[in-house]
Amino acid sequence: METDSKTCIIVGASQAGVTCAFELRNEGWKGRIILIDSDPSLPYYRPPLSKSVLTGTESIAEHALKPIQLYKKENIELNTGKKVVALNREKSSVELEDGTSLYYDKLVLATGSRPIVPGIDGINKMKNGFTLRNQEDAQKIHRALKNSKAKRVVIIGAGFIGLEAAASLIKLGAKVTVLEKESRVLSRVTSPEMSLFFQKLHAGNGVEIYTNKSVCSFSIQNDNDLVKCTDGIEYHADIVIFGIGVTVNAELAIAAGLQTENGIVVNEKALTSEENIYAIGDCSFHFNSLYNRFIRLESIQNASDQARVAASNICGKQKMYNAIPWFWSDQFDVKMQMVGLQDGYNELILRNTDGPESKKFSAWYFRDDKLLAVDAVNDMKAYMIGTKFIKNNIRVNKLKLANPEEEFNQVNLSSL
Amino acid sequence: MAKITFITLDNEVIELEGTKGSLMRLAKDNGVKGIDGECGGVCSCATCHVHVHPEHFVKVGTPGEFEADLLELNDNASQYSRLCCQIEANENLDGLILQVAGRD
Repeated sequence: METDSKTCIIVGASQAGVTCAFELRNEGWKGRIILIDSDPSLPYYRPPLSKSVLTGTESIAEHALKPIQLYKKENIELNTGKKVVALNREKSSVELEDGTSLYYDKLVLATGSRPIVPGIDGINKMKNGFTLRNQEDAQKIHRALKNSKAKRVVIIGAGFIGLEAAASLIKLGAKVTVLEKESRVLSRVTSPEMSLFFQKLHAGNGVEIYTNKSVCSFSIQNDNDLVKCTDGIEYHADIVIFGIGVTVNAELAIAAGLQTENGIVVNEKALTSEENIYAIGDCSFHFNSLYNRFIRLESIQNASDQARVAASNICGKQKMYNAIPWFWSDQFDVKMQMVGLQDGYNELILRNTDGPESKKFSAWYFRDDKLLAVDAVNDMKAYMIGTKFIKNNIRVNKLKLANPEEEFNQVNLSSL
Repeated sequence: MAKITFITLDNEVIELEGTKGSLMRLAKDNGVKGIDGECGGVCSCATCHVHVHPEHFVKVGTPGEFEADLLELNDNASQYSRLCCQIEANENLDGLILQVAGRD
């Protein structure tokens, strides 16, 4: 495809958008590449925001996705601090807040997602309520904690962000309370067995976790936030952090009439319902051939892999998305790695080579004989074996897997 | 200051100067193709896999436990494999040659 005089606009310069821009050059796109994001910073890598950047041990500058000179070298026009307010399909243009219109031949929506702020009574009058999505959030929380004497932090929501923030802030001497409305932590992402492990891990490190706790109002008392729950119990907080999930930034796509469901609907090429418009990363509702259903993922893996698929297809090549989802989370001395999607499992096998009290183990999720997913805790080998089994659709010998005496390797575990 | 050479899968030879930080960061900052460091350097993804020149392997040393387990089951691993997010730049590494590894 002759691309010299063509323009590709990418809306959103985070993991997906930035990867896509550089992959376009890699795949031979010779025309303009315009990358736009409302965040004024040099695009950065988000995972440390709840970890090393929150604790202050590393700065976000150390986590730039690419140094500025590489954008120049690859002739990628980086427009940060600019918000795209409209998408005009008829004119093939996007409009910026300042009224500028930019015309595209190909458009990539990498608009991501934003934290949900619950519509709880009193939320607009909070003194120190934060979400945690961008570098400014991490800095604000870090600063607020520094300026607080009592350092009482209430985290609402025990998902990955909430628990990672809890682990990080307790390192800074905070007194951390986590309130979760479900009956267990990480209920959206993992099994009750893993939830229990993480609940104990946090309790053992001084985090107070309360489940089945719904917050009903916020008010100010003694110049601090007061969090009130439906059971009548109140928590005084110097800092409140919301970690209750995200909403897709799909407004541009919806207004332009693109097909959306739980995200912007795309096919295996990351192409939306409109020719020449692609959607990648957190904002895309995409088909996963391995699990034979449409899914939306909030992960680095998905952002990067879909970015590559979109770039390749934009350059006229045929690349289909068929990646296995993987995730990780670091909390205290625990490195959790997840591969695959466990939804719909009907059997769980715990593999514990080093004994039942060990902090190194793995959870294997099956639907009948099909291995769906593996959660590995400090167990790289389990993660790697699990990945191979899922990728190659190998049947696992469950009896051997469950027996810690059996050698833990691919050959042994796959022999029936 | 150490001179570190990366050789990409398309045989592009990139000579860099490393002073501090991981070699993954050094490679990423200079656009070495095939070094993605998607987990951010926390030894979780193996997207910064390199083969160390055999003569230099002793300089960088053997991988830690997590890293060794990640590499053990990697189809492209060799006895000289390392994840370069786990190697810190330092003067002793001067002259190091790293070949970017293929992906599973």
